[in-house]
Amino acid sequence: MRIKVDIELCTGCETCIDSCPYDAIEMKDDKAFINEYCQLCRNCLNACPEGAIKEIEGEEPLVTEDLSVYKGVWVFAEQREGRVSDVALELLGVGRELSEQRGTELSAVLFGADSSEAKRLIQWGADRVYHCEDKIFDRFNDDPYVDLLTLLIKRYKPEIVLAGATPIGRSFFPRVAARLKTGLTADCTSLKIDPETGNLLQIRPAFGGNIMATILCPNTRPQMATVRPRVMKKGVFDESRTGEIIKIDAENLKCRTMVIDTVKEESETTCNLQEADIIVSGGRGIGGPDGFRMLEELAKLLGGAVGASRAAVDEGWIPYSHQVGQTGKTVCPKLYIACGISGAVQHLVGMQSSDVIIAINKNEDAPIFSVANYAVIGDVKEIVPMLIKKLKEVKGQ
Amino acid sequence: MKIVVCIKQVPDTAEVRINPETNTLVRDGVPSIINPYDLHALEAGLQIKELTGGTVTALTMGPPQAEDTLREAIAMGVDDAVLLTDRAFAGSDTWATAYTLARAVKKIGFDIIFCGKQAIDGDTAQVGPEMAEFLDIPHIAYVKAIDEVSTERIRVKRMMEEGYDIVESPIPVLVTVVKEINEPRLPSLKGKMRAKKAEIKRLGFDALETDEHLVGLKGSPTQVKDIFAPEMKKDRKVLKGSPEEIVEQLIGVLKEMKCL
Ligand SMILES: Cc1cc2nc3c(=O)[nH]c(=O)nc-3n(C[C@H](O)[C@H](O)[C@H](O)COP(=O)(O)OP(=O)(O)OC[C@H]3O[C@@H](n4cnc5c(N)ncnc54)[C@H](O)[C@@H]3O)c2cc1C
Ligand SMILES: Nc1ncnc2c1ncn2[C@@H]1O[C@H](COP(=O)(O)O)[C@@H](O)[C@H]1O
Repeated sequence: MRIKVDIELCTGCETCIDSCPYDAIEMKDDKAFINEYCQLCRNCLNACPEGAIKEIEGEEPLVTEDLSVYKGVWVFAEQREGRVSDVALELLGVGRELSEQRGTELSAVLFGADSSEAKRLIQWGADRVYHCEDKIFDRFNDDPYVDLLTLLIKRYKPEIVLAGATPIGRSFFPRVAARLKTGLTADCTSLKIDPETGNLLQIRPAFGGNIMATILCPNTRPQMATVRPRVMKKGVFDESRTGEIIKIDAENLKCRTMVIDTVKEESETTCNLQEADIIVSGGRGIGGPDGFRMLEELAKLLGGAVGASRAAVDEGWIPYSHQVGQTGKTVCPKLYIACGISGAVQHLVGMQSSDVIIAINKNEDAPIFSVANYAVIGDVKEIVPMLIKKLKEVKGQ
Repeated sequence: MKIVVCIKQVPDTAEVRINPETNTLVRDGVPSIINPYDLHALEAGLQIKELTGGTVTALTMGPPQAEDTLREAIAMGVDDAVLLTDRAFAGSDTWATAYTLARAVKKIGFDIIFCGKQAIDGDTAQVGPEMAEFLDIPHIAYVKAIDEVSTERIRVKRMMEEGYDIVESPIPVLVTVVKEINEPRLPSLKGKMRAKKAEIKRLGFDALETDEHLVGLKGSPTQVKDIFAPEMKKDRKVLKGSPEEIVEQLIGVLKEMKCL
């Protein structure tokens, strides 16, 4: 596929130029010209009043391999300090759905940790676990992770391989995709099977969350994707579930980098935002650091944590570790209370999958209301103190 | 020490808006900028050069106008600038971009390659690690501090979920940097003068001596199927009345959700 300007039809009106998010359209001899920055996003196709911009089929890359030999869904189960991370369990949730739709099995790949963790992956939905217990995986270095995962993929040929979009997943997964010459889609927020082709539809935000894109990897296998923590729901835990654990030997794994030390940072950077069932979040509308003290009180009464918009963090009212959104944390609590937050897309992508959202904002046109289950059009400085008072009464304090 | 910094020209996504009627991006007057993370990559490269001597080369792949980005890098103090541009590179996804950049870096020569953590248009954070794979060198991603560097080894702090790792790697190596690593310098007056006159080297497909099936659209395993505006929830209830009545209803919601 290619996008081309039909010179005969182009009137040189320049309407298309602004439609291109990649600056890929320029004027040449008074005609539009699509340059090498084109990402084939098709944004310009409808922009041209003359219909001069056309999609040209053909030039598809050749499929040289039989893709049907690739079967099954794999989840890379990241472990830290011997414990499987929650994102792996969330991936098993979505992985289960995908494998059922494809009529195939769901497997987990576990490097490091012990067999009780491998068993836990089965209880969370895996039919099979490929487990390598070697010490080399105790600390994270890219080389052995890349080498062993590539080897296993080549040996067992899964159709889909998923990993968490964590510092670990986002570091070594691209190397695996590069080596296998296959596609990788980062930070997916939704994964589905195309009922017609059986391809994986990988949906992700782009341009700072301003737009969503569906990405395909039609001609190579496996189809690889990463998903941020807290975006997918965990699968179902079943203590009695059984499955197969296949032990993998780590042979001749090289490792060029070396982790000398692992340092945990104090609570400043590790607030319990992502574990909280209830999050009370504040934005610029909260007015200042005092506003956050008020939100802390509310959060405490509800047994929740405090979140913030980037505007509030930039103002210095609360540390960055509390930031929710595209450049902050993705959260998925049972209840998210947004106080004085306008609801910019960059904020929404980090919290819109919360079960229930209450938004308090004095501007009734604030975009936050478009994702809210309960919309309170009012002043936070009025509503929140009153709510705190009432809650104290209810709780008999 | 030969340092190469990969920089990308991106639209300033803070300025991008969606036209709700047409579902397309409104780009009116949206400026093109150097990807913000890449400014930190440039600064990291320049600081190492100041420490160990050597040269810093800025490399970008993009359309001819991406040259502006390179002139900015020259104004900041890089020695050399290379523009990778060719119609054959159109439609590159991260695989093809990383492959093409890797071929170019091989031509240029390198000890350390710096990339930004991610580019703000796609936010994939894949090009750096994929490039390192094509070059068969180690990489360290999400670096927030460089503790030590010699001609043989580098020791850095790598951001992790709950803190950081101290990681050592032999050189050559590729490093991707986060904003915490440094404060990028502003272009100097002398730099700006030099940037105006400096010659930007251009490399096209032919110079890379590679197969056309590995670059551009043909070399890209992924395809963008469609783009659309983010979906919003519809079932919303507006709580009405005096502040007292609203708080009463909120308590009701909290009770119903068993939050009390
Ligand atoms: C690349 C990029 C990444 C970004 N990443 C993030 C991110 O991760 N997280 C994030 O949050 N943002 C992010 N942003 C910023 C985002 O675009 C917005 O600027 C930001 O979320 C706005 O924060 P806000 O809603 O608190 O402030 P504003 O937009 O200023 O909104 C304040 C709101 O408070 C309301 N208000 C004012 N006073 C009161 C009152 N007394 N009572 C009730 N309501 C009141 C106003 O009506 C308004 O709606 C990012 C931007 C970019 C470009
Ligand atoms: N077209 C490009 N030209 C030069 N460097 C690039 C290009 N695309 C990506 N990079 C580098 O790779 C990093 C990560 O980009 P991405 O994987 O697109 O998020 C960027 O910060 C740049 O350092």
